Parts: sequence; C-alpha cells; structure tokens
Amino acid sequence: MARITSAVFSSHIPAVGAAIDRGATRNEYWAPVFKGFEFSRQWEKDNKPDVVILVYNDHASAFDLRVVPTFAIGCSEQFESADEGWGPRPVPPVIGHPDLAWHIAQSVITDEFDLTICNDFKVDHGLTVPMSLMFGQPEEWPCRVIPFMVNVVQYPPPSGRRCFELGKALRKAVELFDEDLNVQIWGTGGMSHQLQGMRAGLINREWDQKFLDLLIKDPEELTKISHSEYIREAGSEGIELIMWLIARAALGSQVNERHRFYHVPASNCALGHLILEKA
Amino acid sequence: MALEKDYLDIPGTTVFDAEMSRKGYHLNQFCMSLMKAENRVRFLADGRAYVDEWPMTEVQKQAVLARDYNKCIANGANIYFLAKLFYTDETPFERGVSTMTGMTPEAYRSMMLGGGRPIEGNRYIGEK
Repeated sequence: MARITSAVFSSHIPAVGAAIDRGATRNEYWAPVFKGFEFSRQWEKDNKPDVVILVYNDHASAFDLRVVPTFAIGCSEQFESADEGWGPRPVPPVIGHPDLAWHIAQSVITDEFDLTICNDFKVDHGLTVPMSLMFGQPEEWPCRVIPFMVNVVQYPPPSGRRCFELGKALRKAVELFDEDLNVQIWGTGGMSHQLQGMRAGLINREWDQKFLDLLIKDPEELTKISHSEYIREAGSEGIELIMWLIARAALGSQVNERHRFYHVPASNCALGHLILEKA
Repeated sequence: MALEKDYLDIPGTTVFDAEMSRKGYHLNQFCMSLMKAENRVRFLADGRAYVDEWPMTEVQKQAVLARDYNKCIANGANIYFLAKLFYTDETPFERGVSTMTGMTPEAYRSMMLGGGRPIEGNRYIGEK
C-alpha cells in the first residue's frame, strides 16, 4: 500500500524563488537562507519520494475572485508554471499523479471534506519555490507531485481544526491506495509575515518558535488557535500556517524531528522549515 | 445579530473578508487583467482610459492611478491582486509593501534586516 513516510514544512516566499532563478543564492543576503536547506536537499536524495502531496495556496494566479475553492486538488497529468507578472519561473513542468489524486478525491470527499477537483491550472510560487528549495534546479523534478490548494487569500480560510482533520483523512486515503508508494506530504507558507498596511513587516519570532515546538510535540494544541490570533500574532499573511496542520496531521502522531531551521528576514517574512519522519 | 469580527481591533491591518471582497471585486479583477502583457502596455500608456473600462468607483480608480496602496486596500483590494500592479510598474514586492508603512523603502529594509517589526505594541489598536 502507499504510505506517508515524512512531512516537510517550508515557507514559499517568491523572492526565494527569484534568488534561485537569478543565481543569487550565495550573496550576503541569501546565503544564510540556502544554508538552512543544504541538509534538506541531501535528505531528499537519500529519501527520494515517489509522490509529494504539496499543500499550498494559490496567490491569485490560477484562481481569481470569480471562483474561490476552500480546498482543491490537482488531478491532471501535468502542471505548468504560472506567469505571475514577471514571466513563468524557469522550472520543469510538474508531473502529477492522476491515479492517486483521483483516489484521494474520492476517499476524502466520501469522508465529508468537500474538495474541488481541478484538472487544468497552472502552479505558482506557492508550489514551485518549496520544490526548488528541496530539490535544487534539476532538469526534471525527481518525483510526481499532487498540488493541494487551500484558500488563505479570501477570509475566512478554513479553520485550523478543519485542516487538521482533513490531514487525517488524507492519511487514510493514501493508506487505502494499493500501489506501493513512498509519499511525502509538504505543508507550505508562513511563518509570521504581514504584507499590507501600516503593520507590514511584522515578525513574531517567539510565537513562531512556539508554533514549531508544538507542531512537533503536540500539534493538536495548535488547532485551538483562532483566525484572529493568527492574524494578530503572526500577521495577516501568517495565517498560511493553517496549511502546516494538514501536513502534520497526515503524518500521524509519533514523529522524529530530522531538521529544523528558522531565519529572519527573507523579503518581508520569517522563513521556517522542518523535516519530520514518521516514527 | 451580526457576525463576530474579532479582528477589527488589530492595528494597521485590513482583513480581506466578505465585506471587503464585495467592495473590491472589480478593483481586484482589474488587477488580474494586468496578468496579460497587452493589457499592461495599454494600462501604462493611458491609465485613466484603462481604468475607465472597469466598473470601479472613482475613489478606487484614483487610488490605482496614484498608486496609493493603502487607499486601494481600504477600498477592497487584496495584496496578492495589488502585486500585479507592482509587477506592471516593475516595483519590487518588498518596496511596494514598504510604501504602505509610512517608512522609506530603505528604512523598511533596515527594519526587516533588524528582525522585522516587533509584535510588542502592535497587537491591539491603542495599545501602548
């Protein structure tokens, strides 16, 4: 059967993608960020997944306000990189896993999580930046990827509790898939950041650190965080962290921490990164 | 009875909720139109004529033409849509964001390098 063996958590800051694409990863500003992912790139080589379920949010690239799905799964064979206004990122096409994606859709919707099924859309920095951080710049990506989108742009996003429960349903769905597949689940976005208004630039290091501690040891506790607490403490865009709860719950309760990294600043954001393996 | 909006007391922050999205629909969809190169060219050539093609309010149109991003947000814009306007102007994202803070881009960058805007004093409106 298929199984989720590990979870990767990472910010998906567009400027990080731009630094990679421009070859600026060794300059004074960016070097400390990329140093934090050296372990991760080797770890991905040593623990190569067959499939990554990549939880992220679209940033008005595939979806605008005409349609706002709360949860959506990408079931296509292939996903191209979106042009977000400065041309598409020069990355290989993302190859999907339609059989597993459709299987997950059927399982999870039956379990009362009403996903939107998407078959024709482009993926933006929310998906491709974590891939570049974890896999570098290969000719083709080393595994298949199922894009899993969560609305965090239009308020209200789903609750942290709902995300956590969805993660459990995803785990069950993967385990019901007959093919023997090594699956990783990635939760992306965060950590504290605010991109608008007079409070832009907000960083809350202490809150972020506590979030990371609890994510490892007691993630259920994080489901008590209200939307207003996310916005107040981690900034209006820090609410992206609800996506990490999906990935964490999908991994199961007993985990081993393999890697932890935190850095400020990366553009307007605090960058957080964790690798957890199923114990 | 009304919906509880327990985020309205957060300083310097506009939550893009249903009310704001309703207000900003055409403004945000105008921003989306800038994803197409030919539209960017037309908008940059004659901004006034371009915004007049959209059913936005006069206040929204003027906020766009003045690149007053706080006013855009107060009138329903969302930052990820406004980002299309930054890119049209070739304004780096961090610089565009900094213009909303009342700080110079240099002072903003220096604040970020120093660890970002502190949370202390920034949780509640009127907090000391």
